[in-house]
Amino acid sequence: MATDRFEPTILCFACNWCSYAGADLAGTSRIQYQPNVRVIRVMCSGRIDPTFVVKAFQKGVDGVLICGCHIGDCHYIEGNHKAARRIPLLKKMLAQLGIEEERVRLEWVSASEGDRFASVINEVTDQIRKLGPFSRNGGEQHG
Amino acid sequence: MAKLKLALYWAASCGGCDVAVLDINEHILKVAELADIVIWPVALDFKYHHVRALPDNSVDVCLFNGAIRNSEQEELAKLLRAKSKVMVAFGSCACFGGIPALGNLTNRAEIFERVYVEAPSSDNPARTFPQTAIQVDGNELELPELFDTVLTLAQVVDVDYFIPGCPPPVDLILKVVDALATGQLPPLGAVIASDKTLCDECERKKEEKKITKIWRPHEIIPDPERCLLEQGIICCGPATRGGCGARCIAANFPCRGCFGPPAGVHDQGAKLVSSIASIYQAESGEELARMLDEIVDPVGTFYRFGLADSLLRRKRVPSAAVGPRVEAAQ
Repeated sequence: MATDRFEPTILCFACNWCSYAGADLAGTSRIQYQPNVRVIRVMCSGRIDPTFVVKAFQKGVDGVLICGCHIGDCHYIEGNHKAARRIPLLKKMLAQLGIEEERVRLEWVSASEGDRFASVINEVTDQIRKLGPFSRNGGEQHG
Repeated sequence: MAKLKLALYWAASCGGCDVAVLDINEHILKVAELADIVIWPVALDFKYHHVRALPDNSVDVCLFNGAIRNSEQEELAKLLRAKSKVMVAFGSCACFGGIPALGNLTNRAEIFERVYVEAPSSDNPARTFPQTAIQVDGNELELPELFDTVLTLAQVVDVDYFIPGCPPPVDLILKVVDALATGQLPPLGAVIASDKTLCDECERKKEEKKITKIWRPHEIIPDPERCLLEQGIICCGPATRGGCGARCIAANFPCRGCFGPPAGVHDQGAKLVSSIASIYQAESGEELARMLDEIVDPVGTFYRFGLADSLLRRKRVPSAAVGPRVEAAQ
């Protein structure tokens, strides 16, 4: 059934040790969630170079979600601490470039939180659907 | 050997790059010996029609400084590209947009509003703005059109070599002069500088990079021996190409990033966000808020010279504000 509803494209980086396992649990538990998110597994939320997020927007995604272990649970001890500092600073910088802070979200999801993973995805999708499509409208052009 | 034909041109720039050419001192005689200059607006009285009259590919080298932000600069970039065998982006503005590219945080309408209406020195109740053409006594007068977006030279024409720097240091200019004199040019697309980061080449004492406060340069007199980042001063060395001779660092001033990103870095600003946030010791929400507070202007600090060359290139333009445009850049 076709609808006119805006279906955002959202990129999700999930850490190998907690959040990706959480996503797996959501799947094996057969929890339903919205299909707008494309998940990329990375070893740690600390592996998320802010360049990845900027590049995602350059390529035209509507939002980026970064999921890592809860603070204190990082497999590499302090990778998520670094993500916790980088992402807010990146959001401040993106805001100057006209990208709403709500388009980037950092969440902690553990391996046992399949239901939480599903609800985070639903929340993020609804929020970005409300913001509307991300379009750079310029940059390649000068007029 | 026939003399080389050399063109020097300035677009959106401050003129510092042209002065840097003169800073090579007595070597300028070597340039004069090697080359006939066909255009150099800052120093010689050649006109555009002199350049137009030259056959294509007849100029050996064009040193082009400045970013491209209006139709005249775009036209001259295309003209000089057609006439020149080798096109060199000379200086940070031509390479990455430079300081003028901070104009990409705004657009033509906002700039006109500020300059011709809001500025305290403006008295313009009729809201008169510059026009690209106007009739005066039956004659049409023309002005170049200002673009919404500041572009790098390579976004407008093909560029063969890049010499970064604000302005490029004398030793790099001499390196190019020597390469021209001997005919031993580097591979196409080369950046005439180091492949390492500035941090790699910096000789300051480096210990542990953990900071709890960021000082702005005017708030502190730094220790001249120790790493500036470790003293809490934002230094762009971790994500800036070396080869500049660390002139700012030697003057006890932090790197501001004028050599652009090193090889392999796609976005200088995003990399700097990564490195600065990594070393700032903030755990609680309060400490995090303090860090964000202390980094007053992330775009202006991390993309000071490179906004036009960054992945996003400019501030997003709301879709309603996008009007008809002139012509897509290459």
